[in-house]
Amino acid sequence: MSEFWIHILIIVGVLIVVLGIAANLIWVERRGLALWQDRIGPNRVGPFGIMQVIPDMIKIFFKEDWIPKFADKKIFVIAPAIVMIFVLMNFAVIPFAPGIMVLNLNIGVLYFLACSSLGAYSVVLAGWASNNKYSLLGSMRGAAQMISYEVFMGLSLMGVVMLTGSFNLSDIVNAQKGMWFVFPQIIGFIIFFIAGIAETHRLPFDLPEAESELVAGYHSEYSSMKFGMFFVGEYLGITLISAFTVTLFLGGWLGPAFLPPVVWFFIKTFILILFFILLRASLPRPRYDQLLSLGWKVLLPLSLLNILITGSIILLTQ
Amino acid sequence: MFSILRSIGIAFSHAFRKRVTIEYPEKKAPLAPRWRGRIVLTRDPEGEERCVGCYLCAAACPVDCIALQATEDEYGRRYPEIFTINFSRCIFCGYCEDACPTYAIQLIPDYEMSEYNRQNLVYNKEDLLISGQGKYHGYSYYQQASVAIKGKGKGEGEQERFPPVDIRSLLP
Repeated sequence: MSEFWIHILIIVGVLIVVLGIAANLIWVERRGLALWQDRIGPNRVGPFGIMQVIPDMIKIFFKEDWIPKFADKKIFVIAPAIVMIFVLMNFAVIPFAPGIMVLNLNIGVLYFLACSSLGAYSVVLAGWASNNKYSLLGSMRGAAQMISYEVFMGLSLMGVVMLTGSFNLSDIVNAQKGMWFVFPQIIGFIIFFIAGIAETHRLPFDLPEAESELVAGYHSEYSSMKFGMFFVGEYLGITLISAFTVTLFLGGWLGPAFLPPVVWFFIKTFILILFFILLRASLPRPRYDQLLSLGWKVLLPLSLLNILITGSIILLTQ
Repeated sequence: MFSILRSIGIAFSHAFRKRVTIEYPEKKAPLAPRWRGRIVLTRDPEGEERCVGCYLCAAACPVDCIALQATEDEYGRRYPEIFTINFSRCIFCGYCEDACPTYAIQLIPDYEMSEYNRQNLVYNKEDLLISGQGKYHGYSYYQQASVAIKGKGKGEGEQERFPPVDIRSLLP
């Protein structure tokens, strides 16, 4: 019985912490972008403006929740929920620290890939249900981008899985005790991170949204908290990709003993999140065909090569 | 590839630059003395109104926000009876200042004019008139011109050496 309650506590705790991080990323991103653009950013509400998220939330809740007459109503309502649900489901397998994880799945990596692929449905359905040409264009781009980057996102992880010999994320972290996988798997790390940016459609690869071309892409018809869900979903996606990169390549909770493991995990995740924001501050958006040809012509062969080399080295050293 | 890394590096190095933001209510941006802000009506060195009610500012105004009505005092000095500027229409172009022949209407570096009630943005003459001379010190239109006002006869202006000629006394 007590084990059951601890489990419930972990689930609720992870949910609250993750949603809290995602909400506060609005503030982190605004301050970060301001930092790299010689500005100050929101600094009025609370110390350093950290409470900025509360007025933002109040504002977004009081916006009119409008569903267009020409929209496919049921799908329109359900689409923003899908992105939230699948990203939150993904957090179930992440080992925050030894013992602090919701599900100790022996196919954790595959579960992650499956859930993040399902997130593409949100983009596709939102654009389709909006019945708006910009939304449809955005969702078509999103579908093509996410599906093609999904392919070698999985392939780039195979090097890590081969080195560990397990799909279990706790085993993967424990296997990094000697050396973080970022060093033997540097190519896999870079490819996974690029694919992760494309998967969360964050700024260098935000073609499904592309404010300057497609208004707001697949969520241009959304308002109020439905729009807010897309936004929180995006920030959750950033947190997820950062947390996963930390788990797979940067040694997860491992670190010097003067801090507890969960703190190490959050420090590493936060550094990666800041790097996501730095990318937004520095890089322009590529053209759509450039994005896809980079994916299929460069990153896919590279990740296959990475698997080949890793596999042959493992075979040689056995 | 290298240029991508370089641009990330440049963006990161901006974290250590000086901020360009001026946090407005506490600190204010330095304004040039000729900054075009709130419109005022100035007085001449004698403390009288400079405005002579010529309507040139109202004619020059591209948004028709100036309205005035000229009148005269008992000595023949012209002045505006009413002078209204609707600042909810004003675009602060400064054409009225350019058009004014007597330096009466001037734009000053003050921009904090927000009101909760739109009607409060309509400024009347008593709101516009200031007690000073504005940007052009020492200039007095009526002391230059050869117009008779109180305390100064015709032809007694600063640039006039002789009183006006009595044409009827110039008989051969």
